[in-house]
Amino acid sequence: MRVGVITFPGTLDDVDAQRAVRHADGEAVPLWHGDHDLKGVDAVIVPGGFSYGDYLRCGAIARFAPVMQEVVEAANKGMPVLGICNGFQILAEAHLLPGALTRNEKLHFVCRDQWLRVENNTTAWTTRYDRNAEILIPLKSGEGSYQADEDTLKELEDEHRIVFRYVGDNPNGSRNDIAGITNARGNVVGLMPHPEHAIDALTGPTDDGLGMFLSLLDTVVKA
Amino acid sequence: MARVVVDVMPKPEILDPQGQAVANALPRLGFDGVTAVRQGKHFELEVADDVDDATLAKIAETFLANPVIEDWTVRRVEA
Repeated sequence: MRVGVITFPGTLDDVDAQRAVRHADGEAVPLWHGDHDLKGVDAVIVPGGFSYGDYLRCGAIARFAPVMQEVVEAANKGMPVLGICNGFQILAEAHLLPGALTRNEKLHFVCRDQWLRVENNTTAWTTRYDRNAEILIPLKSGEGSYQADEDTLKELEDEHRIVFRYVGDNPNGSRNDIAGITNARGNVVGLMPHPEHAIDALTGPTDDGLGMFLSLLDTVVKA
Repeated sequence: MARVVVDVMPKPEILDPQGQAVANALPRLGFDGVTAVRQGKHFELEVADDVDDATLAKIAETFLANPVIEDWTVRRVEA
């Protein structure tokens, strides 16, 4: 399994995302924002950070990077793509996922270990979880409030495309307590919390995040 | 050359916590009577004369604003 991990100017979590891929027995392939090249990978992770300094809007400039044009094309053909935090914002700006991420309701940057409920275990990235399993992984974001119009929210609910929901206090004002969603096909997933920071108990609060990378392994092996 | 102003505002139904924080600060600073504040973005573009309105609208809609959460207006002004 070869998994591309994109680095933009301002990306922070590419190293941990690569490490998570290796923990799932995958090969992590660094991808550069300025290249029109996915290097033949089986899947792509768009990691967290502050691409292009979050100028204009989070993800608004990264969306137009050469590598993202390749990601959009590949995702539309079914390649598994995961956006974490800033990566989720980028996928939303690129219209691979509906809605948008806005400033946290109470303006504070939230950094804490966060419980989530896995409500859809049929996506390319979540098959290793039991449905409605609760997992604990870090959340660290200032603009993580998920917003979408009523029609979009209804569609996401009706089609079971809300993959992760916050458990307990809503940390940022996200509509319907949404922490992560998928596209209609289930190959593209975006979430604000960070599974790549919770892959072993030595360096994270839990190893609950590793399941996402192991799920991808299953997806790629089956394909 | 022409000067073009693009204003981008959060949609009315989208929560604007920054605007609310400004509104909440005003009474503390002694400014009474301001009942609401919405915060947006203001862009000033210097554009060549052959850039048409359709192109300007496309710039606003695809890049300067995110139509999921923001409304935008474009107007040409005297430089």
